[in-house]
Amino acid sequence: MSKSISKITHNNPVFYDNDPQDELITLNIGPTHPATHGVFQNVCQIDGERIVSGVSTIGYIHRAFEKIAEHRPFYQITPLTDRLNYCSSPINNMGWHMTVEKLLNIEIPKRVQYMRVIVMELARIADHIICNGILGVDTGAFSGFLYVMQEREFIYEIFEEICGARLTTNIGRIGGFERDFNEVAFRKIKEFIKRYPPVLEEFEELFVRNRIFIERTSGVAAVTPEQALSYSWSGPILRATGVDYDVRVVDPYCSYEEFDFEVPVGTSGDVYDRFMVRNAEMWQSLRIIGQALEKIEKEPQGIFHADVPEFYLPPKEQVYNNMEALIYHFKIVMGEWETPKSEVYHAVEGANGELGFYLIHDGGRTPYRLHFRRPSFVNYQMFAPMSSGMLISDAIINMSSLNVIAGELDA
Amino acid sequence: MDKLDNQGIWTYLQEKFGERVGIIGEPHGLLTISTSKDDIIELLSFLKDDEKLQFIYLTDITAVHYPKQQKAFAVVYHVHNLYRNVRLRVKVFLEGETPTTPTATTIWNGANWMERETYDFFGVVFEGHPDLRRILNMDDLDVFPMRKEYPLEDPNRVDKKDFYFGR
Repeated sequence: MSKSISKITHNNPVFYDNDPQDELITLNIGPTHPATHGVFQNVCQIDGERIVSGVSTIGYIHRAFEKIAEHRPFYQITPLTDRLNYCSSPINNMGWHMTVEKLLNIEIPKRVQYMRVIVMELARIADHIICNGILGVDTGAFSGFLYVMQEREFIYEIFEEICGARLTTNIGRIGGFERDFNEVAFRKIKEFIKRYPPVLEEFEELFVRNRIFIERTSGVAAVTPEQALSYSWSGPILRATGVDYDVRVVDPYCSYEEFDFEVPVGTSGDVYDRFMVRNAEMWQSLRIIGQALEKIEKEPQGIFHADVPEFYLPPKEQVYNNMEALIYHFKIVMGEWETPKSEVYHAVEGANGELGFYLIHDGGRTPYRLHFRRPSFVNYQMFAPMSSGMLISDAIINMSSLNVIAGELDA
Repeated sequence: MDKLDNQGIWTYLQEKFGERVGIIGEPHGLLTISTSKDDIIELLSFLKDDEKLQFIYLTDITAVHYPKQQKAFAVVYHVHNLYRNVRLRVKVFLEGETPTTPTATTIWNGANWMERETYDFFGVVFEGHPDLRRILNMDDLDVFPMRKEYPLEDPNRVDKKDFYFGR
């Protein structure tokens, strides 16, 4: 017992407040502080209102996904990816499916790719709604959050129509989708791209030229492109510094190269720029969804998965009546698929940045090794160094604009 | 070198490093090279700073455990040339119960937590790392859980053994 306690104090970064004459005091922000929006801790040494130095402690909801994944067949790993960035689970799901499809060299029909694009862009909008809405709340503007939150609810209704779940979606299967989008889903997607622009405009009106908001966020936590690249930042916060790195453009997946959209970039990398970049990305996502809907119209109807019976579960009625389907069903469920020995790195543009899957496969039933390159984890490590010298209130909106999702941070 | 393709990168690296880098393959088009822990920092700095290569962005650091090999640990670096969009994978194979390799935090600040995570799960010691502590696991854990010998669940469970399924 005593051994473990001494080890803990050895490993934990603790500031001691022994000297009563000392100017500095220690303040714990988190693990369950409302400002952290998730379970992680920051131990700060403060001098009045200013942070002198800080240490981030993470891992409070670590669930050993990489270890669990080594013991599961591919299709059972999708629900694990849901729980990485749970604000935009469909992007994680699709990223994982595409990684496996890359490993197995499966060609995905165009219509399925466009369907995936729609789902991913909806998820991106939902994620940015959370981040920008919460940034408003943290700076003291609550109503904008409520306006856009209603639209996020509508996106979740679309997800519910597509797959039956709302938050941890488990959308799609390896090779395509589990079922076609129904008419209600298409109607709701069309309704969404009509009803969301006025709401987003109203949201922007509340913030973009708002003097209080600008003075609160402009120039706060400004990051240079060199710093951001050295810390391996990616996603909207990297683009806010002026680097136009977007995985959708440089490494197009899911036919993103066919879409006409812009990559918004900022100039100063401060909280205001991050807010603006995320807002602009929502507009671009709406454009992409509109184009994807047009493209789907031109594709043959009713295709929602690739023709790969050895990897895609057959319909249940066929399993009962058809020998071949039964065999495939058995093989897939028992993980008896013939898979190549290879290693593959696949990255998608998650809502927070480059979400990478590094999969090493030895031909067995489960991955030999699976590593998630989680953008929140990589982005967040700069938070403690950049907070030194910052006001506590600035550090809190900085954390809010980094959009750190505890599930993705800890995996 | 106008076009930066895998062949070009490989030839260029061979001119500079010769025998000290080896090629592992190009799985799914991603050039994978290997080197030893004595040369890794020189190689990574060269990849980053060379005018032709410009692999300025560190995407990921992780490790893999191969318990049956003599060199049982592979530390895997993914680097990315953002100017021309080329990715490269570098592997370092390490041996011993406490494998050690020099830290890359001298090249990229972002390597800090990635190496801490690798240490936390595999016990790879990055020499010269400013703050090599556990990051996701609890501090008083005295094993490295991503090593293959560490069981996921109760190893005495018999209902999931392979021989029940004829394997």
